[in-house]
Formats: sequence, structure tokens, C-alpha cells
Amino acid sequence: MKRRSLFLTITASMGFIFLYAPIIALIVYSFNKSKLVTVWGGWSLKWYSELFKNQQIIDAALVSLKIALVSASLAVVLGTMAGFVLSRMGRFRGKMILSGWITAPLIMPEVITGLSLLLLFVAMEGMFGWPAGRGTGTIIIAHTTFCMAYVAVIVQSRLASMDETLEEAAMDLGAKPSTLFFLVTLPLIAPALISGWLLSFTLSLDDLVIASFVSGPGNSTLPMVIFSKVRLGVTPEVNALATIMIAIVAIGVLVAMYQMRRQTKLTSE
Amino acid sequence: MTSSQLNELSTSTVANVAEVPLWKQDGAEPFLKIENVTKMFGEFTAVDNISLDIYKNELFCLLGGSGSGKSTLLRILAGFESASSGRIIIDGVDMAGIQPWKRPVNMMFQSYALFPHLSVADNVAFGLRREGVARGEVKQRVAQMLDMVQLGALGKRKPNQLSGGQRQRVALARSLIKRPKLLLLDEPLGALDKKLREETQFELINIQEELGVTFVVVTHDQEEAMTLATRIGVMNNGVIVQTAEPHVVYEYPNSRFVAEFVGSVNLFEGKVVEDLPDSVRIRSKEAGVELFVNHGISCAPNQTVHMAIRPEKIKISRNKPEQTENCIQGIIEDIAYMGSLSVFKVRLANGKDVRVTQPNFVRDMGARFTWHEQVYLSWDMDSSVVLTS
Amino acid sequence: MGHGQQCGFDLMSIPSGSAWIDKSASGMARYNLFRGVNWGRLGVIAVPGLWLGIFFFIPFLVVFKISLSESAIAVPPYSAMLEWDLEEAYATFKLNFGNYIYLFEDTFYLDAYISSVKIASVSTLITLIVGFPIAYLIARSKPSMRVVLLSLVILPFWTSFLLRVYAWMGFLKKNGIVNEFLLSTGIIDQPLIMLQTDFAVYIGIVYTYLPFMILPLYTALEKMDLTLLEAAEDLGSRPYQSFFLVTLPLAVPGIIAGCLLVFIPAVGEFVIPSLLGGSDTLMIGRVLWDEFFLNRDWPMASAVAIVMLVVLVLPVMLIRNAQGKEEVHS
Repeated sequence: MKRRSLFLTITASMGFIFLYAPIIALIVYSFNKSKLVTVWGGWSLKWYSELFKNQQIIDAALVSLKIALVSASLAVVLGTMAGFVLSRMGRFRGKMILSGWITAPLIMPEVITGLSLLLLFVAMEGMFGWPAGRGTGTIIIAHTTFCMAYVAVIVQSRLASMDETLEEAAMDLGAKPSTLFFLVTLPLIAPALISGWLLSFTLSLDDLVIASFVSGPGNSTLPMVIFSKVRLGVTPEVNALATIMIAIVAIGVLVAMYQMRRQTKLTSE
Repeated sequence: MTSSQLNELSTSTVANVAEVPLWKQDGAEPFLKIENVTKMFGEFTAVDNISLDIYKNELFCLLGGSGSGKSTLLRILAGFESASSGRIIIDGVDMAGIQPWKRPVNMMFQSYALFPHLSVADNVAFGLRREGVARGEVKQRVAQMLDMVQLGALGKRKPNQLSGGQRQRVALARSLIKRPKLLLLDEPLGALDKKLREETQFELINIQEELGVTFVVVTHDQEEAMTLATRIGVMNNGVIVQTAEPHVVYEYPNSRFVAEFVGSVNLFEGKVVEDLPDSVRIRSKEAGVELFVNHGISCAPNQTVHMAIRPEKIKISRNKPEQTENCIQGIIEDIAYMGSLSVFKVRLANGKDVRVTQPNFVRDMGARFTWHEQVYLSWDMDSSVVLTS
Repeated sequence: MGHGQQCGFDLMSIPSGSAWIDKSASGMARYNLFRGVNWGRLGVIAVPGLWLGIFFFIPFLVVFKISLSESAIAVPPYSAMLEWDLEEAYATFKLNFGNYIYLFEDTFYLDAYISSVKIASVSTLITLIVGFPIAYLIARSKPSMRVVLLSLVILPFWTSFLLRVYAWMGFLKKNGIVNEFLLSTGIIDQPLIMLQTDFAVYIGIVYTYLPFMILPLYTALEKMDLTLLEAAEDLGSRPYQSFFLVTLPLAVPGIIAGCLLVFIPAVGEFVIPSLLGGSDTLMIGRVLWDEFFLNRDWPMASAVAIVMLVVLVLPVMLIRNAQGKEEVHS
């Protein structure tokens, strides 16, 4: 028994090292003075100042943030509706097809989603003149479409695990459907909506492939800029950018964990 | 009560069994010997220095509440926990260091622990296959065993396609198929509803007698223990408080704990005022009168004791009974009609409540006692027990 | 979803008792009219339904249509399918199967599909082997420890995928960290060529999708009743036998879910092969990308996408559906 758990601990530790070593190396080398990425030239914040002077990266970051904010919010609204359709709507004609559509973006290769949306936008422009050209708007539509599937699945599983008698109790006590939704159901699924929003935000911020297809000229997102830089090799500025993004995520996760801890402590007391 | 009295009493009730049970024979070799077993979980003592002998073909019940240590003791026997100190000897072999998969012991789990991915037949065959029994023999023995538990037709089903009672029988078949010397059953009937439980109790006894396996059953249900057991070990706080046949545990509890845990009981606190070899007289403020018990006890003079009397041993009447001793007066405070019998809560003048049960001899509700009626309670002097601890 | 489906928006149509008594006949009729069409419910179904119909379903029809047209130097760069000649009152309807014929004639495409499946399967298998011990350890550790370990698994997922793949470039290059380390310890005396090989692609896929494997495995292992293992031991099976006889079979749903979650995105992957792979690392996602962005052959890219959809995506969808149905049954 003892030996088995030792074996487990060793393999699992190696797994965690595998997960974190590249990230840690990236962070360390972002503080490297030397231009040569693997030669250590002493500590320096040089690449951070270079990064903030790089207007192209800053513009792209702003575009990406804007897209991520809008499409995450849209995806939460649409995805919540879709989640309700999946778990609370009973049977209706076409439900099978619709639930197939709702989850299909999850397993669609990004290249196909990107290509098909682009071709749709081009065809629509030819037919109705809308959307005129491609840019932020088309990226937002594309990101909303694939993010809403994630939100729908999260909301659905939350609704499925939720005690339906709570809703029934509220109705029994005289809550109208709209009151019921805003006073009972919404607060109960709020954690799912928050995680759905965060997930959508991250996915949107991270997406390279779909954005590359549906974006127009002069509307490069951050991943597109990073990709074009990185393709040419390792660049220290990208190390600095990555470190900043990792730091933001790590702080966010720590705050969330702290909040969760406090919450569980409060409930257990 | 002396031990010879006890022996006499128990032999007379099991007179229909031809021979004297093993645990009454001097020098009989116990099949399972538990010697000074203690189990600590950190600071907590789950099992506290228990010694117990269980004999071949017994159906021994460990009865106790949750946290009494009964399940821990069972898990030590199965080998899932190792005792902090003490020895377990099964059929003359010390079990120290023998892994669960090598012990001549099988266990029926409380949750049944049926493998959800295997069919009923494969579940039952699991133990035999680990032993490397030939395929043909496995098939034959599994079929035989499934027939015995009346599941012959359901071998291909998965556990989740069975009812609770059927699962229970699969679990039993699975634990019996290796013909263990000792079968451990953890709350075997706990998950069944009342009616099914009663039927299954007798089935279990039949199977045990048919196969001649020694059973150790853990249960918190005193009724279950009463019907199943040859002997009961009542556990509390990691200790076995009393080990005896079911009727002895019920009629002659050796402590307030046992008296209260097994069945319901009325207790009167009092002081011994007269201690003769074959009777005692107790002055009890709680009863309001002096109480007589026709067996001697060994206790210090003026010691505080409790007299215990079971509710069904108390007679209830409107008119003053002829007997002068063990007779008290009270008012009916509450009545619970339970079909076959009625339970009365009778309040004495000093405020103490006494619980009395009476079979419902007559159908006519009008003839029965009613609320706030003044009644007399009385009992024979050999119906009660004096408890010193 | 068995019972209680009438919940929520359906309740709009249930009248209160007094309404039935007070309302006139015409009022009741109006009420029943409203009852026939439940606007709230319809809206909740229609809005996401329409969105997905327009932006997810119709695009595939467009892709299919364009895959049947010819590449042309125009804006957009493909020929129209339907041409009207107004003077002659003559319409030509052209279907071009050339793209599909070419797809099957040129072994390049076939090789790319096969190679994608191969790379995705091998890396899925490696991910399973790497992920299982981790999931097992987390599932069997103390509940307080589980939260920490699970967060450690999920944390990298929240950071940029692109940057994590990029991190491996720095790790695997000729003068990268792995080579520097191995050279300095004297294990090797020549730097290993790791970047721009299939090996790097495997590492990239395993690394990126490891959390997707660990989470479903963990869920399956965590909900396993541990008394089953005791029951197995009680019936004479040793711990390693119990693992193969009980733990592994019960983890199968988690294994299938995890493998699908890794295989599906891996098979259409573009970023990993283009950053970590060599020029000879053939993956269909990359082929489609190049066909579109480098060759600007939209019809060909569309044909590649349609075949990918039929050959790779549909089977996976069917497996997933079958799995879902099985779960409903048991």
C-alpha cells in the first residue's frame, strides 16, 4: 500500500512539474536582461518597458478586451436561455435538433467554425450589404456563438443539479414566472453564470483561429499579434506580456479561492 | 442473580435444542477468539480492550448505537483495520498480519457494495474466480448459490436493475460462495423496509443453519438482534457491556444502559433498606412506596440502585388489586393506540411518569381505560430487576 | 429531465381561481388565445435557436455551396453557382465537384487526414497515461487537499493557450532550456532537435489538453464507492487486481469522456502544429488554414472542411450521442 502511494505521488508530482515548468521558465526569462532568450544576463525590467512602448501590442490588447467583454456578456444571456431550453422546457418540436446545435460548437474544430462564419459574413454582405466589411463586430458575433455553448452546458448542469422543489415552493407561495426567475432561479444559478462569463471571457481573449478568419484589416486581436511575433521565434517582450497575463489570472484565482474559503467557513459556522 | 440460576434459566428455554450450546460447555474450544483487542484512531478509542469468544455455528449479534465501536470491531475481524493491540484468532489461527484477501472470512457490506459494472452472476462468481476455481465449477456453484437465494432467473441482470431485497440477496450469495468459515454481516437488513426485513430475518437464519457457517452480525436494531441471534453482545463506547442470549439480555439486563437500550423500561431510583439472600427491599422516593424484588443482589448497604420494570410486566386496573407490595397509584396522562396493544403514560402523585403497555384484549373502545382515569399499577416481585450500575 | 418540466415559463398560462369566475366569456376566450401561444416560453426557445440557426447552421450550408464552386480571381474569390444571362433568358447552374475529386486524387490531403487522426490518437493515449495517476491521486486525497490540487490542474487552463504553447518553444529549441540542462549535466553532447518535430507536437497537445483529461477522470474516480475495493479484497483480490477488476472498469465513462475531450480539439488543431511542428508535420487544420490564407483557394478550403466534418466530426458526435443515451438508460 505504502509503495503504491509513493509511486503515485512521484508520477503525479512529475505531472505537476510538467504542467508548471514551462510557465515558470517563461516568467523567469521575462526578467532576463539579455536579448538571447536562454542566456542569463541578470535581472532586468527592460522587456516590460519595451512592451509598454509597443503601440501595436497595446492597441491589440484593447481590441481584445473590448471583444471579450461584449461577447462574454452576450454569450451569458444567450447561453442561459439555451441552458433553460435544454433542462427546463420539457419537450417541443425540434428540441433534439436545437440541443444538437447548442452543444455542437463545443466539438467543432476551430478552423471549420472560423471558415464557415467568414463565408457566411461574405455571403450576407453580398446579399444584404450587412455586415459591411469585417472587424470587431464580426469577431464578437463569432465569439458569442461558440462561447454560448459553454455557458449553456454550465447553466444546464447547474439547473439539473438544482432542487426543483425550490422553484415549486416559490410558485406555491405565489411567485409569478418573472418573479420566480429573478428572485429564486437567478440567484441560485448565479455561480454558474459567473463561471460561464469568466470562461467565455477567457476563451474570447485567447482565441486566435476564429478571430483570424473573421477579422478585417486593422482589427488585429492580441492573440493575432502574438502569433505573428512568435512565429518568427521567441521574443522577450512576449515573455513579459505572458508574465503579466499569468499574474492577473493567478491573482484572480487566488481571490476567488479566498472568497470561496470564506464562504464555506461562514456556512460551516 | 447467581450464574447457576442464569444457566438454569437459559437451558430451560432452549430445551428443544437437543444438546447444550457450546458456550455453556466447559472447555469447549471457541471458533473465534477476540483477545484484549483495542483500536485507537488518534486519541479516540473506538474499541476498548474487548475480549470475546464466539463458537462454531453461532449467530452472534453485536448490538449498539452509532459510534459504539461495533462496526470497527467487524472491520478488524475482516482485516480492513488492524487492531492497535490484542489478538484475533479464527479457528486456531492468529490473524495478525494476514491481509483481507487471505482471510477465511467474508463480509456482507451494509451498502452491499455490489460491483455496478458486473452482472449478478459475475458479482457472485468474483470470489471464486480470484481463487482460480475451474470455469465449469464456478458456473455450477454460482447457479447453485443463486438458486438458494431464489435469484436463479436474474443472473444476467446488473445490480441497478434489482430491487433492494434482491440486492441484499445477491450480496449474501456473493459473501457465502467462498464457503467462508466466518461470515461478517454489517447491518444486513438495515436498507430493507419493515415487512421485507421480517421475512428476510427468517431466511437468513435458515441459510445459516443449512450451511453451518458462523455469523457475526452488526446491528443497531434490537428487534433484529433479538430474532436473529443465538447470543447478543451489547456494545457501548467501545466496550461490550453484556454478552448473553437474547431473552437474558431483555429480562435480566446487567446495567441501566442495557435495560434502556434493549426495549423500553421504567426505572425507579432508590436505596436498599433490606438486603436478604433471596430478596431486597428498596425505598424509592420516585415510586413513592417501598419496592420488593425477589432476588438477592450484592451491594454496599445504603447504595443507590435502580429497579427496572418492563412496561408489559405492569398490570393496570381500576380497582385496587389484592397484592399490597409493588402497587402504586396514578392518573392516565396519555394513551397511544398501536393496534395490537396500547401504551399508557401514567403519572404518579409525585410527578413521575410510568410507561405501561397492555394488549388490546377487547374490541370495544368504551370498555378501555381513558384519559385522566385514576388507575392502580402493580407487578409481581419476580418481574423486576435491580441494577447497581 | 423526467418530471417537473412544466416549470417556469409554462406557469404563465395557469389562471388564478378568481379569474375564472370573474371574467366574462370573451375574457376567457382571450385568455385561452393567450394560452395557445406562450410568448415567454417561445421567446426563450426562439432567441438562442435563431442565433444558432443563423450563425452556426446556415454557415455550413454556405460552406457546402462554396465547396462546389470554382476558385476565381474575384472578390470574393470564387465563381457564382447560378449565372443569369438576361438577354438570352438563360440560366446556368454550375456544380463543381472538382475540389472533392482533387481531394481524393491528391494523396497529400488523405495523408493529412490520416496523420491528424494518428497524432491526435497517440497524444490522447499519452494524455490518458499521464493524467490517470494525477486524477487518481487527487480523488484519493483528503477533501481539503483535493481543492488545492484541482485548482493547480485548472489554473494553467485560465492562462492563454497561445502563450503556453509559446512557452514550450523556449523550452524545446536547439539552445533552449531542456537542451542546456541536458548538455550541462553531460547526458548528451549534441543538442537534441526537438522543436519543429512531431515529438514537440505531441508534447504540446498533451500539455494543453491534460486538464481536459484529468477532470472527467477525477469525477469518475471520486464518485466511486470505496467499499467496493474492500469488497473486492474481502473476496480475495489483491490491490493491483482490484485496480484492474474494479477501479478501471468503473472509470471507463471518465476515460471515454476525457479521451473525447482531448481527441476532438486535437484532431483539428492548428496552433500547436504550426508553432511546434515542422514543415512536414501534416495536420488537416493546418492544411485548411494554408489553403485559405496562403493559396486563397476558398472553394478548396471549404471542401477540406466538409470532408473533415463528415469524416472526423460526425463520427465523434455519434459516439457522444450513443454515450449520452447509455447514461440515460443506466
